[in-house]
Amino acid sequence: MGLWNTIATRVGYGLLLLVAVLILNFTLISIAPGDIADTIAGGMGGADAEVMEEIRTRYGLDQPFYVQLWRYLSRVALFDLGYSYFYNTPVTTLILEKLPATLLLVFSAQILAVITGTLLGVLAAKKPNGALSLTVTFLSLFGFAAPVFWTGILLIILFVSIFPIFPVAGMVDVTIEGGFFVQALDVLHHLALPMVTLASIFLALYSRLARASMLEVLGADYVRTARAKGVPERTVLYKHALKNALGPVVTVAGLQFSAVISGAVVVEAVFSWPGLGTLALQSILARDTPTIMGILFFSSLVVILVNILTDITLRLIDPRIKSG
Amino acid sequence: MAESAATPEAADQEPLELKITHPLSEMATMFFRNYAAVAGLLLLIFIILLTFVGPYIHTTDPFEMVWAPFTEPGQEGFLFGTDYLGRDILAAMMVGGQVSMAIGLAAAIISVVIGVTVGAFAGYYGGVIEEALMRFTEFFQVLPTLLFSMVIVALFGASLLTVTLAIGVVSWTAVARVTRSEFLRIRELEYVAAARSGSARDGYLIFRVILPNALPPIIVQANLMVGSAILFEAALSFLGLSDPNTMSWGQVIGSNRPYILDAGFAVAIPGFAIFLTVLAISLIGDGLNDALNPKLRQR
Repeated sequence: MGLWNTIATRVGYGLLLLVAVLILNFTLISIAPGDIADTIAGGMGGADAEVMEEIRTRYGLDQPFYVQLWRYLSRVALFDLGYSYFYNTPVTTLILEKLPATLLLVFSAQILAVITGTLLGVLAAKKPNGALSLTVTFLSLFGFAAPVFWTGILLIILFVSIFPIFPVAGMVDVTIEGGFFVQALDVLHHLALPMVTLASIFLALYSRLARASMLEVLGADYVRTARAKGVPERTVLYKHALKNALGPVVTVAGLQFSAVISGAVVVEAVFSWPGLGTLALQSILARDTPTIMGILFFSSLVVILVNILTDITLRLIDPRIKSG
Repeated sequence: MAESAATPEAADQEPLELKITHPLSEMATMFFRNYAAVAGLLLLIFIILLTFVGPYIHTTDPFEMVWAPFTEPGQEGFLFGTDYLGRDILAAMMVGGQVSMAIGLAAAIISVVIGVTVGAFAGYYGGVIEEALMRFTEFFQVLPTLLFSMVIVALFGASLLTVTLAIGVVSWTAVARVTRSEFLRIRELEYVAAARSGSARDGYLIFRVILPNALPPIIVQANLMVGSAILFEAALSFLGLSDPNTMSWGQVIGSNRPYILDAGFAVAIPGFAIFLTVLAISLIGDGLNDALNPKLRQR
């Protein structure tokens, strides 16, 4: 009962946030210098005032701001994000084509970072002054300070000239033929370096967090009780303590999700990964505003969905958490 | 911070003289006891000196073609080599460092001003105002920051001003959260009640009574903001979305990006400079955190 209420509230609130994102995007584009007519005229190699006027009428640019905004919102409600003049394709089609690649990169990196980060943190918490704890401290400093593209480029240099075992660009090798399994393996092979690069930023953060919250939990009374009654140390660590230490990690991982998407934009550029980030960069350079707005919309949608999932996960991990 | 005002030994030898340390000097002592933080501070001072004094000693124009492209570091007298246009990378690093750090600082100031204002009003007034302001904050947390600032820069043109603003307006949410939680805690304390009973106005209470006491965690956060703003600027430049007429570390990396396999050093060196600068800043941040919140030291 309570869970469903929370979900309903979160979904309703998420919809409001999405509308706010759309309004902000639309306002920004309206106040920016230049409009779609300029872009189209530019693409045609210039147009006279009469043609410009015609284009503006055709795209409804002669209407007042709120009419344009209302039309835009009602079109988006039907998942019609407009038409890309640059790619000659509906924006929704364009984005849905590129979205899976980005989702694969973002989720695999996030999962890798959460799992390895938590494990490292737990192992480090066993010995708060041990070598592994020191490693976690160093990792977290490195993860914050190293620019993600720099890490990526260093990996490229390393894996091109020293260990040429991973491909450093693209997502598929077109020369490879075979069934689904072979193709999937090829994608995973290409995924390795971008995934590790993107995970490196967040792995550091999660390991530090997991270490801190494990240390706190390990000092709790119930852990002492479990140890006193002879529960094996492994069970104490991974069952009793970890379950309670996981909360902060999951919370932060959810909050970080929009940062992971931002990181993915850069990582995609480094490794020529054919996802939304690459599309965003190309359409920004081409001033293809409908596509840019569509990408902002979809990425905010993904972040909102992930936030809702995080809330649900948190409640499943710890039933004491009430909504909010 | 008043508990260590007097040391017992001193009281034994000279019974009438109490050793009272100023809170600031006590903070400095704490900070300088942290070797990592001192190392960070020294490193940052070194980098600042190099970038701001260096160009007067090494006077090569970073935009001028001085030798064959991709001269390896150390050869022909070029410490860091030359880039794809045969420009001196050392000169670009020094001049570019000024820009990177200036943008980092300015963007951090913008985000701290926005964040403190939003957080202070939300924490002080509570109720509907708090609800609205925190929803506003959450809205900015949902937007993927880099994408959003890419859009701002693309729409309004890439200049130093737009890049700085674009970074500043997307990265204030953490400051707002920290400020709000400090205000929520401090507004219940007795000295605030005392000031209130003396019929102090809201503005006075917010900016003169509560804010100074809320500063320590805000300072730590602001320090980290400078680091992340430098990284942010580097990422934008790397993607080719910065002012092409301004040298910055990210600009050097972005313009040499197509040639990483031929001349990895042209990208690795400025990347390392960014890494060292942000590392120094975050070491200082850790030290400040320990020095400003002595109670939170054991972690």
